[in-house]
Parts: sequence; structure tokens; C-alpha cells
Amino acid sequence: MQLKIKTIEQVTVIDIFGDINWKTCADIQAQISSQIHEGSKILLDMSHVETMSSAGFRMLLAAYRELQARQGELVLAQLPENLQDLMANTGFLQHFQTRTTVEEGIQALHEEM
Amino acid sequence: MENLKGEKEAKMQRIDIYPTHHYKDFRIRPGRPYPLGATIVPGGVNFAVFSQHAVSCTLVLFKKGENTPLIEIPFRGMFPKIGDRDSDWVEFRMGNVFTMTVFDLDYEDLEYGFRMEGPGSKVEPGNPGIHRFDEDKVLLDPYAKSVSGRDVWGHFPTKQPFAQHRGRLVYEDFDWESDRPLETPIEDLIIYEMHVRSFTRHPSSGVKYPGTYAAIREKIPYLKSLGVNCVELMPIFEFDELENAHHSPDGSEFLLNYWGYSTIGFFAPKAGYAATGSFHDGTMVADELKSLIKELHANEIEVFLDVVFNHTGEGNEKGPMISFRGIDNATYYMLTRDGRYENYSGTGNTLNCNHPVVRNMLLDSLRYWASEYHIDGFRFDLASILGRDQQGTPLANPPLLEQMAFDPVLAKCKLIAEAWDAGGLYQVGTFPAYGRWAEWNGKYRDTLRRFLKGDVGQVGEMVQRVMGSPDLYAGRGAAASINFVTCHDGFTLRDLVSYNHKHNEANGEHNRDGANDNYSWNYGVEGPTDDPDINALRLRQMKNALAILMVSQGVPMILMGDEAGHSRQGNNNAYCHDNELNWLNWSQVEKQTELFRFLQQCIRFRKAHPALRNRQHLKGEDYVGSGYPDISWHGVNAWDADWTYHSHSLAFLLCGKHARQGEHIDQYIYVVSNMHWDAHTFELPDLPESLQWHRFADTSAAAPEDIYQPGEETLLEEQTVYDAHERTVVILVGK
Repeated sequence: MQLKIKTIEQVTVIDIFGDINWKTCADIQAQISSQIHEGSKILLDMSHVETMSSAGFRMLLAAYRELQARQGELVLAQLPENLQDLMANTGFLQHFQTRTTVEEGIQALHEEM
Repeated sequence: MENLKGEKEAKMQRIDIYPTHHYKDFRIRPGRPYPLGATIVPGGVNFAVFSQHAVSCTLVLFKKGENTPLIEIPFRGMFPKIGDRDSDWVEFRMGNVFTMTVFDLDYEDLEYGFRMEGPGSKVEPGNPGIHRFDEDKVLLDPYAKSVSGRDVWGHFPTKQPFAQHRGRLVYEDFDWESDRPLETPIEDLIIYEMHVRSFTRHPSSGVKYPGTYAAIREKIPYLKSLGVNCVELMPIFEFDELENAHHSPDGSEFLLNYWGYSTIGFFAPKAGYAATGSFHDGTMVADELKSLIKELHANEIEVFLDVVFNHTGEGNEKGPMISFRGIDNATYYMLTRDGRYENYSGTGNTLNCNHPVVRNMLLDSLRYWASEYHIDGFRFDLASILGRDQQGTPLANPPLLEQMAFDPVLAKCKLIAEAWDAGGLYQVGTFPAYGRWAEWNGKYRDTLRRFLKGDVGQVGEMVQRVMGSPDLYAGRGAAASINFVTCHDGFTLRDLVSYNHKHNEANGEHNRDGANDNYSWNYGVEGPTDDPDINALRLRQMKNALAILMVSQGVPMILMGDEAGHSRQGNNNAYCHDNELNWLNWSQVEKQTELFRFLQQCIRFRKAHPALRNRQHLKGEDYVGSGYPDISWHGVNAWDADWTYHSHSLAFLLCGKHARQGEHIDQYIYVVSNMHWDAHTFELPDLPESLQWHRFADTSAAAPEDIYQPGEETLLEEQTVYDAHERTVVILVGK
């Protein structure tokens, strides 16, 4: 598991590589949390996520809630179809804004401003 | 530590979340006996399992899917102390509960079971035994919230794993937002009995994940369109669909235990019904089911579970050792003196429901489903067994049923009994109710079927059935009667009007299984026919049955597929077929629009008229001063019903001013059911001044004039008489 973090047009873009599960999610959550400030705009690029477990979904929801509490915004971009289905079937998808591409995600976050 | 507002908060930690001992590479401490099962606690997992008769127990942990245990930790022995060179003799047991907490486990990659040792020598399969302890077996936790082994529907394991059914952990933190059980008054429900897999497994369903909880969610608009406001799911507790020993008659096909009336775990949802089952992640399965329930609730549809507490999937003496029989056979099962399984369930064993420990387990299970899954009600399979004592004798005041009725968590759940068992106990009308329990009214089904096909001597009993069976439920009210003409057992509605006899050859038991008293009639040809007259009459009889069901007092239940005229080809016990006998054919739904529309409008009519949904029984008296009794009986002459033995018709008038004991004002409703093979002219009772008769339904009329949208009923030109065709139901409203 690895995270690549960059800033594009005032949006923190976090590209997650590998698996999001019980073993990795505490580390991922800590790294995402370190990027969360008042009014942060965060985009998670999901295109390199290989697998996600129930702990992974919970970590994403926790990050979303943390951002909400700080008037921030979160968008998931490039969610592979299998993960999208998994999140839809388990009820997690409804909590998130999703966009097909990183560019669309960044635009969506700007529109929220 | 900061809270969500960014304020500093003191971080208080429990002081008992630290391990006390080592066992090899694992750190452990004495556990807590409650709650039973495996519970995630700070830093680890608390395991607690009951056995009265075991003398020792070992916790067996596996990495998910692996054959060799990760570790086996005994619940007593010399254990090195943490931070100390000394060891302790420790027994991780409180009373009859073996319990320890194990730290640093990967919750998602863990499976577990127990080994038990106890009195008596090892009992070989097939032999009787009071105790059946076998330390070679790894046993499933009776409280497991997720069970491994059947994650993907119908998949034969390529190798028989050591301890096939293992417990798994589930995160119990689903985000329900503001959802809670709907608490719809039971008399307002229209129940749709359905099988999770059958609903969408057919290729014509057009869903992405056929046969799953997620697929039902996709089809909620269909349920809404039909108008039902409660789905009753046939068993969804984990079971082994591969346990059936029978083959199809030509030997080509393994038959399944498709319906799943054979529980393995009372706390675990059926993983093979989940689109997410293949991920071997118990939490995903639970989340998928909870998402479905949440969405059904958002659409004002309640969720009932058909629960099988009367027996388990461990079968008789020859059956597999999965859990209960290896943990404490003498506690969990009713046994004969020589250690054979009592068989009041007809399936090989009988759960010892009124043993205090078993009773607690069943209550814990119900509370868990009500609180953790927001289940609105339960239908209890062969519920009479739940009222038998440990020797099998029926109890006057069964503690289990009483506790369910008065349990604080279950207080608003609907409790519905299948009030009979396979041991000959038949309690329809006499099931111990405690002011709570409703019943599947088998007598409603049988009387309506006989009346429908023109049997003599039915009119007097139909009066009782239409009124919510006051002869059976005096003092309990009409809402105690769950009315139905078909259910999963027996013929579908189409088969009821298409077959004189059952045709169960495909079940591999030479047509010996299934009920013989079906009260069905084929109208001249056994099975499908091209004869247009017979087909028209069959369609009309299906409409007649549904119309009478929807205007009867009590709570109507429809069998999935009847709205589309689903046939099982005369099979009246299709429990074992994973094929089109059970699958709802969505192409047929699209073709059978006439029947669907008829039922849809009947449901809307029922919802529009509180006079049809009285909680209490009607009295046949005028107690609001309207000049009409709440219900009155009529025949070809108004106010003069034909009560003779050879009468085949019955008409009744519901006074709108008596709806719900006069609390609601409704329209006047007049129902003629002429099940005679001749047409008759029925004199219509006079309405109060300014009201006129309008026709809502006439099952002999060609569609779309067979039924109207409630509120758009057509005014009758002739207000004093109505010509009712043979075998026809007519519904009028006075407005």
C-alpha cells in the first residue's frame, strides 16, 4: 500500500495504491487525516486500489465524516466498477460524491466552493 | 485528543484492556461471559461459549480459509504471566461459559471454532447418544454472526476443508442514519412472502447480481408498484443448501435444500444470498442485507423474517456434527431416554426450545435481528414446537412464547406463528398468544379454497373467515389472523386452479412428499391447456381468490409470483429446486399484466378503505347509530343470506360509518361472491340517501372493465339489482 499526495488547483489529490483493509487502513487514515484542515478539498483517486474490505469502507466513511465536521469536501474519482458495485451493494456509495475522472472531480470540488 | 469540534477531550481508557498472560505467540486475558459469541473489544476479541456438560474446551483460530489452525488455545492450563517470569494455573471459565479475550487479531482474516471434551465415549454416526463430544471436531459457535463454508451459492467445495463451517467476526456499526423499524399497525399490512434467490435469479430479471439481497433492492419499484407494504423473507439464517441427499428422478441432478428451512446459525445471514458473499467478509454480507432493509424501510415496506427455531441442520443420529450436538447435545436437543433425537419437526431433530439456555439463545437471536438488522416482524416455522416442554409435552403457558411476547426489545415486532408442527400438534386458534401473537390461519386457506371450487357446506364457515375468524380468535381480534390462499408450502395460485393432484416426481421421492389435501381443481384438464374456456375460468378463479382475500378482515398475505400466475407445474413441495419451478419469471410478469393489474387495484382498494382493515372483530350490530350493522349478510334477496348446505354464494355489506369501530368514515362496501356454477341476480341493499352504488370490480367482466382504479368506480345504471355471473366476485362501493 502506498499513497501519492499532490495539490492540483487547491485540491489535495491522494492517489491510493494497493489494498485498503484492516491491515492498511489505520496507516491510510492517518495520512489522509494529516491532509485534513478547515475547509479542505480532498480528492481520492481510487484507480490504483486493488481490493477493499469492510474496514476500508469504514475508513473512507470516517474520513468523509472528519472532513464534513471541518466544512471540507471529499470526492472519489476513478472508482473501478467492481469497487463501485461493492460500495453500492453494501450501502457506502450513497455517502460519497464520485466522478469518473480526476479532472471532473477537481471541477466538482471547485463548484462546491 | 480532539473531538469533532476541535475541542480538547480527556482520553479515558478502560484499565482492563491489557493482556494478562501469554500462550505461545498470543496474548490473552480472562474474558467476559456476556455477550456470548465473539465480540470485538478494545485491542482484541472476546470469546464466550456455553456448555453445561463439556469438561474442557479449546479455542481454535484460523487464518481465513486455511486448513491448518493458526493457534489452538485451551481454556485452562499453566499460562506465563505478562511481564513476569512466573506462570499461573488459570481457568478461563465462568460457570458454564468458557471465555477469554485474545489480543492483536486481524478481525478480517480470522475464522474460529471450538473443540469440546466431555463425558461418554465417542458416539459413531447413526448411533444414539445423550452426549456426542468428539475432541477431533472443530465446532461452530452457536452465536457466530457470520458463518463460513457456503459463501457462494451452491458451490461444492473443491476439497472438504477441516471444520467447514467456522465463525467470523462482523463489525456491528452499520450507518442506519434515522432508520428504525416502521411499526406499521399489523392490520394495515399486505404481506408478500418471497424467497431471496427466487425473486431475481431468473435470467429475465435484468438485475446485475441475480438472486441476491442487492438485487431485491433494485426491484423495490416493482414491489411499490404492486403495493405490498411488507416482505416476508423465507429463511435467511445461514444454512447448507447442499445438504439434500436426494437426486432428480433421472439421477442427473443433485437436488438442494433450496428453501433453507434448516438453520446452521441463528445469528448469521445467508452469505450465498449476498452479491458480496464471494469476498468471504461477513461484514460485507451483513452490510448488504442491512442496506436492503434500510431501503425497503425508506419505501415504507416492512421486513419480516421466516425463522426456523424448531430444529437445526444437524439432522438425526446420522447427520453431520456442525455445532450444537458437539457443544452440548443434551442441552440443545430433545432426546429420547436412550439418546435418540425426538422428531417433532419431521426433519430429524427437535431443538430443546424450552430449556432455559436454549430459550435465552433464541431470544438473543430475535433481539439481535430486531436491533442490529431493524427487522419488523418474525414468522415462526412450526411454532407449536416452541410451546413444547423438554419431553415434548405441549405446555399451557410456554415460557419461551411468553418471554418473546413480553421482551422489551421485541415489544413492537410482529410475532406470527405457524401454529402447528409435524408431531401432530395443531393450534390454529389456540396458540398461546399473550395479546401479541398472530397466526398463519390455515383454516382461512382451506375454507376459501373449498368455497372457491364450489364445495357444499362452506358458506357458514366463509362468514367466519371473511370476518377475521372470530370463531378462532375471539378476544384476540381480526389482526390475529394472517389470511392467505397460497404460501410457499403447497400449490401456487395458478396450480391451485390447474391441478387436481400434486406432481412432485421431480423431488426424487416418487411423489410421496407434499400434502395431499390441496382443495384444488383443474376445471377439466390436468395442467396447462389450450382450451380458451378453461383458461378464462382459471384466470377468473385466480381473481376471485385474490379479491376475496383482499376484502377479508385480518392481514392478507400473497405468495411471490401469484401476481404473475406463476406455476410450479403441479409441484406442491418445491423446496429442493434451484430452477424455474421456483424462480419468478419476469418475462411472464410482463405478459400477465391483467392479473397483476387486478391484484394491484385490489391492494389499492384495501389501502383506501379502513373498513376492510379493522383490528377488532366486527359484531354484526349497529353501534354508531348509522341504521346499518357494521357487517350484514345478504343473498339473492337483500338482508336474506342463503345459509343452506347447498348454498354457494354469499354477499356482505360493510357499513362505512363503522370503519375501525366508528373512528373513521369510509364508503359502503358491498361484496358478492357467487361461487355457484349458475348466474344469479342479487338484490342490492338500499343505501343511505344521496349515496349510489358504483362498481369497483366484477371478475366476469373483460379487462379492463374487470376492475377500476379506487376512486374511479363506475356508476351502476341499475341501482336495485346486480346480475352476478357464475363463479364471479363483484365489489361495489356506495358513495
